[in-house]
Amino acid sequence: MTQIMEGSHAVAEAVRLSKPGVISAYPITPQTHIVERLAEMVADGLLEADYITVESEFSALSACLGASATGVRVYSATTSQGLALMFEVCFNAAGMRLPLVMTIANRALSAPLSIWNDHQDSISLRDSGWLQLYAQDCQEAHDLHYIAYRVAEDHSVLLPAMVCFDGFVLTHTYEPVDIPGQEEVDAFLPAFSPYQRLDARDPISFGMYATPDYYMEFRYEMERAMQRAKGVLKECGKEFGERFGRDYSDLVESYRLEDADTALVAMGSLCGTVKDAIDEMRGEGKKVGLLNLRVFRPFPFEDVKKALSGVSRVAILDKNVSIGSKGAVGLEMRDTLYGTGIEILDCIAGLGGRDIRKRDVRRIVGLAEAGGGDIFYGLREEVL
Amino acid sequence: MNFLEWYRVDRLPSIFCAGCGIGTVINCTLSAVTSMGWRRNDVVFLSGIGCSSRAPGYIRTDSLHTTHGRALAFATGVKLAEPRLNVILFTGDGDLAAIGGNHFIHACRRNIDLTVVCVNNYIYGMTGGQGSPTTPVGARSSTTPYGSTETPFDLSELAMAAGANYVSRWTPYHTKELTAAVKAGLETPGLSFIEVMTQCPTGYGRANRLRDVKEFMEIFRMRSMLKQKADRLLKEGKPVPPDAIVIGEFVRRSRPVMGRRG
Ligand SMILES: Cc1ncc(C[n+]2csc(CCOP(=O)(O)OP(=O)(O)O)c2C)c(N)n1
Ligand code: SF4
Repeated sequence: MTQIMEGSHAVAEAVRLSKPGVISAYPITPQTHIVERLAEMVADGLLEADYITVESEFSALSACLGASATGVRVYSATTSQGLALMFEVCFNAAGMRLPLVMTIANRALSAPLSIWNDHQDSISLRDSGWLQLYAQDCQEAHDLHYIAYRVAEDHSVLLPAMVCFDGFVLTHTYEPVDIPGQEEVDAFLPAFSPYQRLDARDPISFGMYATPDYYMEFRYEMERAMQRAKGVLKECGKEFGERFGRDYSDLVESYRLEDADTALVAMGSLCGTVKDAIDEMRGEGKKVGLLNLRVFRPFPFEDVKKALSGVSRVAILDKNVSIGSKGAVGLEMRDTLYGTGIEILDCIAGLGGRDIRKRDVRRIVGLAEAGGGDIFYGLREEVL
Repeated sequence: MNFLEWYRVDRLPSIFCAGCGIGTVINCTLSAVTSMGWRRNDVVFLSGIGCSSRAPGYIRTDSLHTTHGRALAFATGVKLAEPRLNVILFTGDGDLAAIGGNHFIHACRRNIDLTVVCVNNYIYGMTGGQGSPTTPVGARSSTTPYGSTETPFDLSELAMAAGANYVSRWTPYHTKELTAAVKAGLETPGLSFIEVMTQCPTGYGRANRLRDVKEFMEIFRMRSMLKQKADRLLKEGKPVPPDAIVIGEFVRRSRPVMGRRG
């Protein structure tokens, strides 16, 4: 049933319908509305889960990890500083191959303190072994949770997953969201069937010491699982489309790319603005399109390359930066498109909540056409 | 005592809600600091994250606004590198006792020469009123919609047990006593902990039908019980009412100190 609801509540609904047994979180803006709603659902008996209030994000994700090891489906949510504090546990969960699912309400990192949106938080954990999905609107933020659980828990994957959606821009925005019924969700997402779990009758140990003779193979197995996840994501995305009418079988979304000369590349809620700008430019005869990277980990090299095969240039909107190098998306794109002759412009933009409007998208297309080098887009020169 | 020059007047009005108790805590603290005769460059303020942790942003001295819960760890570095500085922290119950709990007990154990002023408003104010480690049993918050079931911390007892040299607890109703307590804390070598049970009409008040600051003040006035009286009752085998706010000086002692100049 379609309802008008806040993005955070749309995510809480998806979590309720995914029936986790354990939820643990620590409040942090702009994630709070998700976990407050879940606390309420548990207290009201709408969701049969243990809601564990803890004293920090480190404890929140640790509690989830412990619970997951016993074989239950778990959920957490955080952002920014909270995710930074979870850094150690994130690597542990992935290394132990526990399929945790966590929402990231994307927000900038301190210092200086900012509660506004960019992608620096989740991007900083791109190497942790978690799948990373980026939602462009509240409906996607809802849907991607079911897909995240399915793929993470698939025995050929067994890696944790982050569903990232933009803080405030989506968490606090009301949109129409189609909420499926419990039976429909159950049919798509059956109960968690752990591959292995803590069981006193058949003791196993997670996270033990690996000597140099074994460590690399563990990491390589994670890489293989990540590569397999691409296929599983596509299958699950397709099945989701068949059941719910919203297709996620592509790891990337192509918008008006068929005959485009210039492709913009973006992730998250920014894609909506970019699509509007593209429609306007198309109306003026400009051949532009968008590649929306819905999946950042595993990085969909083949799909990106295929989708961009016809373009002359790409302009990337990177809402993060690896200080001393470039934006994370820009780096991946340079790797993917190496040798194709496609020109690349990487724009670091929208950090710490700075708005990116349609006119900025137009300007960036202009910069790409003029063949300029990578930039921090839209700096206020007067304060530098 | 006039401490207007200690305020970053250009930063006012503050972000604090109408009726919030944090302003009173800042005023009492600055009153104590100026009564020490210190100049502004003798003092550094530190804080973590939270409404209470915004306090140094309004004070015209050097300050470090650090990460949630860990101002004490940063402060340890400041004090040991520059023992000449008088180091004062503003913190909240969430900042200090939840995410920063470990840093808190170790700072007390080491008895580092700092003064910690904790605004205990029973709630995570800044993030919208979620339950904290000091939310009383039965009190409502946005994460305990039908009342908290967990046993809260007594922060002053915790500081004492962990080894702080000076510990006292007051409320914004007791401005004179609070100012004197901060001053005593500043004078006592070692870790001084001043806990201020404070009203948060927005976060705690909204969830617990306590939006009116006068009501809060009435509670602070009526339910506060001096430590001496609570001790006497206990000695006589009589119960201390469970909702009493025990106030007063809990300890002033001279365990070995870390970070003292000279
Ligand atoms: C690592 C991390 N987790 C969570 C937060 C979000 N956060 C900011 S302030 C706060 C709680 C503040 O409560 P308290 O310390 O009691 O101060 P108050 O706002 O009530 O004065 C939280 C959870 C954060 N900034 N950093
Ligand atoms: S939320 Fe509470 S603690 Fe924060 S400024 Fe408002 S009244 Fe004060």
